[in-house]
Amino acid sequence: MTAPAPAHAPAPARAGVRVRRGPLTTAALAVAALLLALLALGLGDYPLSVPEVVRALVSDQGFATTVVTGWRLPRVVVALVFGAALGVSGALFQSLTRNPLGSPDVIGFSTGAYTGVLVVTTVLGTGVLGVSAGALLAGLATAFVVYLLAYRDGVQGFRLIVVGIGVTGMLHGVNVWLLLRAETEVAMAASIWGAGSIALTGWSQAVPAFVVLAVLTPLVCAASGPLRQLELGDDAAGAHGLRVERSRLVVVVLGVALIATVTATAGPIAFVALSAPQIARRLAGSPGLPLVASALTGGLVLLGADMIAQHVLPTAVPVGVVTVVLGGAYLLALIVQEARRRW
Amino acid sequence: MVNPGTGRLRADAVTLGYDRKTVSTGLSVTIPDDSFTVVVGPNACGKSTLLRSLARLLRPSAGDVVLDGESIHRIATKEVARRVGLLPQSALAPEGITVGDLVARGRYPHQNLFRQQTEADREAVAAAMAATHVADLAEVPVDELSGGQRQRVWVAMALAQQTGILLLDEPTTFLDIAHQIELLDLFAGLHRDGATLVAVLHDLNHAARYATHLVVMKGGEVVAQGDPGEVVTADLVEDVFGLPCLVIPDPLSGTPLVIPRGTAHPAP
Ligand SMILES: Nc1ncnc2c1ncn2[C@@H]1O[C@H](COP(=O)(O)OP(=O)(O)OP(=O)(O)O)[C@@H](O)[C@H]1O
Ligand SMILES: [Mg+2]
Repeated sequence: MTAPAPAHAPAPARAGVRVRRGPLTTAALAVAALLLALLALGLGDYPLSVPEVVRALVSDQGFATTVVTGWRLPRVVVALVFGAALGVSGALFQSLTRNPLGSPDVIGFSTGAYTGVLVVTTVLGTGVLGVSAGALLAGLATAFVVYLLAYRDGVQGFRLIVVGIGVTGMLHGVNVWLLLRAETEVAMAASIWGAGSIALTGWSQAVPAFVVLAVLTPLVCAASGPLRQLELGDDAAGAHGLRVERSRLVVVVLGVALIATVTATAGPIAFVALSAPQIARRLAGSPGLPLVASALTGGLVLLGADMIAQHVLPTAVPVGVVTVVLGGAYLLALIVQEARRRW
Repeated sequence: MVNPGTGRLRADAVTLGYDRKTVSTGLSVTIPDDSFTVVVGPNACGKSTLLRSLARLLRPSAGDVVLDGESIHRIATKEVARRVGLLPQSALAPEGITVGDLVARGRYPHQNLFRQQTEADREAVAAAMAATHVADLAEVPVDELSGGQRQRVWVAMALAQQTGILLLDEPTTFLDIAHQIELLDLFAGLHRDGATLVAVLHDLNHAARYATHLVVMKGGEVVAQGDPGEVVTADLVEDVFGLPCLVIPDPLSGTPLVIPRGTAHPAP
């Protein structure tokens, strides 16, 4: 008689000593974001050291305080908050599509928003409110159309990506056509929006977006449980009592709302939603895409990109230009890696 | 045919299908209480489809699935998930997840927005991992496990759900023979401890040995059900699987043992 198979294989030796990196990484990312923010607050025509920045923040230092809190703080806070929103939006979509390419900018949201802005500016004339509304409505409409076209007895991640890329391509054509037939000044104005910039003049421009994001945050927290279930596959999630299609729709709506809020205010900012969740996952070593770490990473990436856009390049450019360049390289690396794994 | 008796869970003349394809029409199946029911049948005959409808994952276009005397679609999804568990044929492990975290996800129906991890959750997870012998692997990433270990982890996730009725879709596929028997013994133990189990199996000999109630399906219909000793005959196997065979009593258990003939040993 042979002995029965061992009931359990001996656990690998390192099993007991494995530390959970997740919480540590999250704390480290938060500290890094704070430090980078202090550094950014000191950069500019009137340079300040980090201790000087801290002093200017906590007590009235005259001109230094005006520079730090009045001129620079809005932009730094906007970079962190918008970056965080983009990072979370990306994590929601990539989780849902189970694909690192399944980011809202790849799926066509940003391109659709740009189409909306072009239509508003070329057909209806400009105006900040009109531009935001146009971006928002067209972005949402694009997401809705992509979702509907991809829907067949439920939405599968891969179909969502393929349909999204197709719709993005089409809208690109429409955008070029709209730009070509627009008058030069109008086309210029639209192109500036299309580059994506967070060079806001003060708090007032960011307040509406902040209010919306404050409302969305608890909703995203509530959706994180269902999101973790969706990662197990539709049948397992459903067997655990999740209403799969409804939860998926909620996650899509939240992901779109996050990116829509940012895009309506700042224009399309590529790369952050695409890269932040993947970077966060590798850093945190956590299962799935961690939402908090993705938010922090997104903030860091956008703030870093904005510092490059403002201070490193010979002439200041919109941050969207920097992220597009970074994003192109990242996307290429991702596709090459993906291709290596498949073939 | 043996009377299937009463059951908390049953499908009542259900029509099941996808998009344009109908898999079963007017199918009725009762899961006898406290049974270890095994469902067998050729590929694509609708076993998984039946299990999915019994777990409320698929809504019948006609007929009804009844749980505890009530239409299952009138019961809240989480409430169903506290009474009926399902280990699907294919579930996905998120990249990098540890065994402990994955098993803990089976507690979802017992949690809500304001009541996350409780002591009861931790106890259920620990008990499920102990029963499936994966407690030592709690901190190991699922990606690093062998197929057999992984299958036990999935079973642990379903056990952590702590349901009285557990549906298992091909839990032993991809396992070597020793691990198959080990898992079936685990199920038999759970059954002895009072669980009602429904498992889809492909090995007729395992089905005959472990099932207290056997359901044989073909082309979306139940063609036979009852005590495996009475149901499994050479004629039935030939009819359902198109496989000529010899059926003899299993020398150890006395249950039917199916011996395929193949072309080398044609019927006399
Ligand atoms: N999601 C789906 N969409 C469309 N058709 C499906 C789907 N799932 C299953 N089917 C079809 O329904 C029929 C029954 O499938 P089912 O999965 O229930 O078979 P099964 O008996 O479990 O087979 P197997 O032994 O291979 O697991 C098959 O013809 C299959 O092609
Ligand atoms: Mg099946």
